[in-house]
Amino acid sequence: MNKPLLRLNNVSMSYDNRLVVKDVNFELNEGDYLCAVGENGSGKSTLIKGILGLEPVRSGRIELLNGLKRNEIGYLPQQTQVQRDFPACVCEIVISGCLGQSGFFKPFYSTSDKSKMLESLRMLGIEHLRKKSYRELSGGQQQRVLLARAVCSARRLLLLDEPVTGLDPIVSNEMYGLIKELNEKHGMTVIMVSHDIRSALCNANKILHLDAGVEFFGTCSAYLGSDAGRRFFGGGENV
Amino acid sequence: MFEILSGLLSYDFIRRSLLVGSLVSLCAALLGVTLVLKRYSMIGDGLSHVGFGALCISLAMNVSPLTVSVPIVIIAAFFLLRISENSKIKGDAAIALISSTSIALGVIITSLTNGLNTDVSSYLFGSVLAVDKNDVFLSVVLSVTVIIIYIIFYNKIFAVTFDESFAKATGTKTGIFNTLIALLTAVIIVVGMRIMGALLVSSLIIFPALTSMRVFKSFKSVVISSSVISLVCFFLGIAASFIIETPAGASVVIVNAAMFLLFTAAGLILKSGFNKAK
Ligand SMILES: Nc1ncnc2c1ncn2[C@@H]1O[C@H](COP(=O)(O)OP(=O)(O)OP(=O)(O)O)[C@@H](O)[C@H]1O
Ligand SMILES: [Mg+2]
Repeated sequence: MNKPLLRLNNVSMSYDNRLVVKDVNFELNEGDYLCAVGENGSGKSTLIKGILGLEPVRSGRIELLNGLKRNEIGYLPQQTQVQRDFPACVCEIVISGCLGQSGFFKPFYSTSDKSKMLESLRMLGIEHLRKKSYRELSGGQQQRVLLARAVCSARRLLLLDEPVTGLDPIVSNEMYGLIKELNEKHGMTVIMVSHDIRSALCNANKILHLDAGVEFFGTCSAYLGSDAGRRFFGGGENV
Repeated sequence: MFEILSGLLSYDFIRRSLLVGSLVSLCAALLGVTLVLKRYSMIGDGLSHVGFGALCISLAMNVSPLTVSVPIVIIAAFFLLRISENSKIKGDAAIALISSTSIALGVIITSLTNGLNTDVSSYLFGSVLAVDKNDVFLSVVLSVTVIIIYIIFYNKIFAVTFDESFAKATGTKTGIFNTLIALLTAVIIVVGMRIMGALLVSSLIIFPALTSMRVFKSFKSVVISSSVISLVCFFLGIAASFIIETPAGASVVIVNAAMFLLFTAAGLILKSGFNKAK
């Protein structure tokens, strides 16, 4: 279970020559639950995109280890540039998460893809929205659809960029429970970006505090004792 | 009605244009959904103008139009795709420049060789007479290939259209599919250009998708309905052009426009109907 899955070696990333991720080093094991925290604009989303290969890395290396393939990754973007009037029903979107696993020349979804879709829909409590059009859903419902798609596509690694924004508190808590369950029961490795530091500390086993560079990387209890943790967590408590 | 129909079908050239035209309408509708949703409609428009230039070149060289235009327009498709993917260049402006340059080139080449004559207007606005026997076979093969490729990659095309970065992040080779879509579009534009005309062929791509999106709400239903709409509009347009002796391409476009208005109205009525029901 404790084989390394992902390793970042001195990773730096930039937009138009402005460095936003600086010399990030860390290693994740299979089954880890990492929560990435940091202020707005500290480079969390950029780092996630780097890991996914969506943004180029300027220097350093990101290694997928232990046979991890791109198509075993699930992803929930912070923002999706889906057009407001895109005609697509919930089913079509969620099952498209299964696509990565099918080969290049596989025209149709298999029955296991379909049951996987139904399972994710059930997990997120949106079975009843199955036939609905995406553009007619509320923001929170859309978020759940995209989360279901991420669950559908994740086999070994799940990257979630602020998964609970736009969700009501009850559903947020369910969501944390769900992610925890995926992590514990299914051995899914999770990387989650979150501003909800309290829940992060209850659920994750590792914390990454970013401010372009790594301010802290380690276990939750060590984070609470660290300078970065006290500053950030203390600041949060006063609000 | 039946008499008109059998009258129509008794002409060889009409049968040829109906065959090629309906296949092209079908393909254009399929690709159109993706092009419109990806905001690539301009590519279709640009390609048709490049196609006009290529057509003029092929006539000046006195070779079969398809054999010259297909490669030229495919190359142009790669370029236009790069331009519109690269946000640093003003994509739409660049495409507009390429469009007008191609038309200008085509006009100059034609006037230097054969002289500007009625042929040029038939390239620009299309003609049912334009599909000659040699073109039919190649046109049919190309269109059927486009349909088969579209069906094989339907699910991937959906994923890439809906959310390209997610598809890329989870292991779909999105670059290949973008290129594939541009390539198929190039083929269909060239094949459809003779009947519809360089100036009008892109409407075959854009109209059916927009029309069906007024009413239908899932991707699959939009794809299927826009194919049906496209075919119906094509046949109505050709029949109208025969009965009231209007140019074929223009008639098809007008029927498409009427259908769009009809569906827009239907969409509005459906919406307000739902609101009342609530
Ligand atoms: N596409 C882009 N082009 C140029 N600069 C960008 C782009 N995306 C992000 N940036 C810049 O990179 C920096 C890091 O952005 P990033 O989105 O990674 O922050 P974040 O940590 O996810 O913030 P938040 O908590 O608000 O989501 C910011 O200063 C931002 O201005
Ligand atoms: Mg972010």
